Amino acid sequence: MSTIAHPSGAGTAPGDGGGDASRRNFLYLATTAVGAAGVGALAWPFIDSMNPAADTLALASIEVDIASVKPGEQIVVTWQGKPVFIRHRTPDEIKAAESVKPEEMKDPQPDSARVQKPEWLILIGICTHLGCVPNFDGQNSSHLGQFNGWFCPCHGSQYDTSGRIRKGPAPKNLGVPKYAFLKDTVVKIG
Amino acid sequence: MALYPSKFKNPLINWIDSRLPIVTLMHHEYIEFQMPRNINYLWAFGAIGMLLLMLMIGTGIMLAMQYTPNTGLAFASVEHIMRDVNFGWLLRYMHANAGAFFFLAIYVHIFRGLYYGSYQKPREMIWILGVLLYLLMMATGFLGYVLPWGQMSFWAATVITNLFSAFPVVGDPIVTWLWGGFSVDNPTLNRFFALHYLLPFVLLGVVILHVAALHITGSNNPLGIDIKGPQDSVPFHPYVTIKDIFAFCVYLILFSVFLFFMPNYMGHPDNYIPANPLVTPAHIVPEWYFLPWYAILRAIPDKLGGTLAMFAAVLVLFVLPWLDTSKVKSMVFKPLTRFCFWLFVADCIILGFCGANNPEGIWVIASRLGTLYYFGYFLVLLPLLGKIEQPKPLPASISESILKGGGSVHAHGATAQPMEKA
Ligand code: HEM
Ligand code: FES
Repeated sequence: MSTIAHPSGAGTAPGDGGGDASRRNFLYLATTAVGAAGVGALAWPFIDSMNPAADTLALASIEVDIASVKPGEQIVVTWQGKPVFIRHRTPDEIKAAESVKPEEMKDPQPDSARVQKPEWLILIGICTHLGCVPNFDGQNSSHLGQFNGWFCPCHGSQYDTSGRIRKGPAPKNLGVPKYAFLKDTVVKIG
Repeated sequence: MALYPSKFKNPLINWIDSRLPIVTLMHHEYIEFQMPRNINYLWAFGAIGMLLLMLMIGTGIMLAMQYTPNTGLAFASVEHIMRDVNFGWLLRYMHANAGAFFFLAIYVHIFRGLYYGSYQKPREMIWILGVLLYLLMMATGFLGYVLPWGQMSFWAATVITNLFSAFPVVGDPIVTWLWGGFSVDNPTLNRFFALHYLLPFVLLGVVILHVAALHITGSNNPLGIDIKGPQDSVPFHPYVTIKDIFAFCVYLILFSVFLFFMPNYMGHPDNYIPANPLVTPAHIVPEWYFLPWYAILRAIPDKLGGTLAMFAAVLVLFVLPWLDTSKVKSMVFKPLTRFCFWLFVADCIILGFCGANNPEGIWVIASRLGTLYYFGYFLVLLPLLGKIEQPKPLPASISESILKGGGSVHAHGATAQPMEKA
């Protein structure tokens, strides 16, 4: 704000125009600052109201009985509105997952860092590209992709038998949720 | 206590107009307003867009009275509209098909601007507001598509919101914020409905600004030269009003063919399957009017790169007035640029086909080349050609050009009289 732009208002004593203008500038500035702070403070509740509500945040955990899942099969359960894959891997699949070299991977991670028990692979079933659910319809499926894991129908990302991204636009491996084995055949997710 | 000196004779209109000169304003902008006398039917598409916006708002408000924005009820409420509500099928099919015809009209409108250089000085502001309108339309169309809560609705919502997750650090919090949860769910549907209701009215507000800016500079025309005197222009009414109404009729006939005989032609059968968060359909493609953008997204084999390219493809339109260095507006006088323009039109259509097909084999190559030409047109060809192409000589005036070519009108054209051919 330039001081010249403000003529001294009515009722100011002639001669003290300079001091008056700087006082007025201070008032403008202070008013603007208080106004901006007020609007800013009020904007936050508006914006934050769109974030997850308390009931959504109350993380439910689920317990799943996996006794009936045979080697080579997968079940899909819902956790926090998201699909979770529980895959019972065959020895071949485990071997394939463990033998991949880091330089062959886009997001290098050893298989051992992604499982608690090698035969059970538990993953968040959401493609890390744009969120579709990658397909797995069993060993004989045409959707497996060339890495025998999962194939995302949306833009063609391919995951291996450890759920690691090997080809396509997805940047990261399929996520691993927090889980614990309560018994050999019961797993708690969340 | 001065009143505005209204010139209207009717006492009621005069009473209102002298207190709020809105009748004078409308008279000035839509009756007397001078239009170039050589505009063609491509100049009707803005008005067609306006007509369709009104139709969208009208049918939308009626639909909103029957629709329920809840994941458990939304799909069934749309079926209820289709089967039980009186004329519900008509309202919904009108809304869905007019949405597509709205985009079609706006695409013609945009390409008209590109061809005749309507974005060039002094019409930059009109153009910028237009690009903003297009962005608002895309947002509105996307939000509306989610409402019926079918499989396509759900997965479109998932994929599009996830675009924001490509941004480092802020990406994931933004996506959670957009969703109001950890996946697309009831909070998402509920807010999408609120926004789908709101944005068309924002759109209407920006349309008013778009037209206000247009009425400062006046309309461009196929020759891209200024109105030099009264012999170059005709009053908006009746010349343009009647022409626009004729264009409305033709466009609405085409619309009716789709509305009454093939209302689901542009839709996807999968959207008649209720949303299922655990199963992604084998083919997910957006509505046809988003396909070229989708192709650009997939052309880049990197998540962040693809997202940025797609946003950049739309945003580059904002700076177009400063990219085109040509002093001559209309491509009628620039054969080389015109050739590149038609290639660009073909490119957009090819990108559309790329977006509709699986990203495999030839389609990957085509979408990469298409993306390259898309950006090349704006960032290389227009800046360069504007400097190197020598335009053909411009006619001295609009009237001179058309009276010479037309032949049927006597040459000493003073202000056009209603009986003359415009
Ligand atoms: C710019 C204008 C608009 C566009 C481009 C637009 C677009 C769309 C689209 C594409 C759909 C999905 C149609 C379907 O597949 O069923 C839709 C649905 C819907 N829209 Fe709009 N819309 C607009 C304005 C409005 C307005 C102003 C309202 C309400 C005031 C509204 C209310 C609704 C409702 C309730 C639905 C869900 C019912 C249905 O699926 O048919 N829309 N909209
Ligand atoms: S969402 Fe899976 S590849 Fe794009």
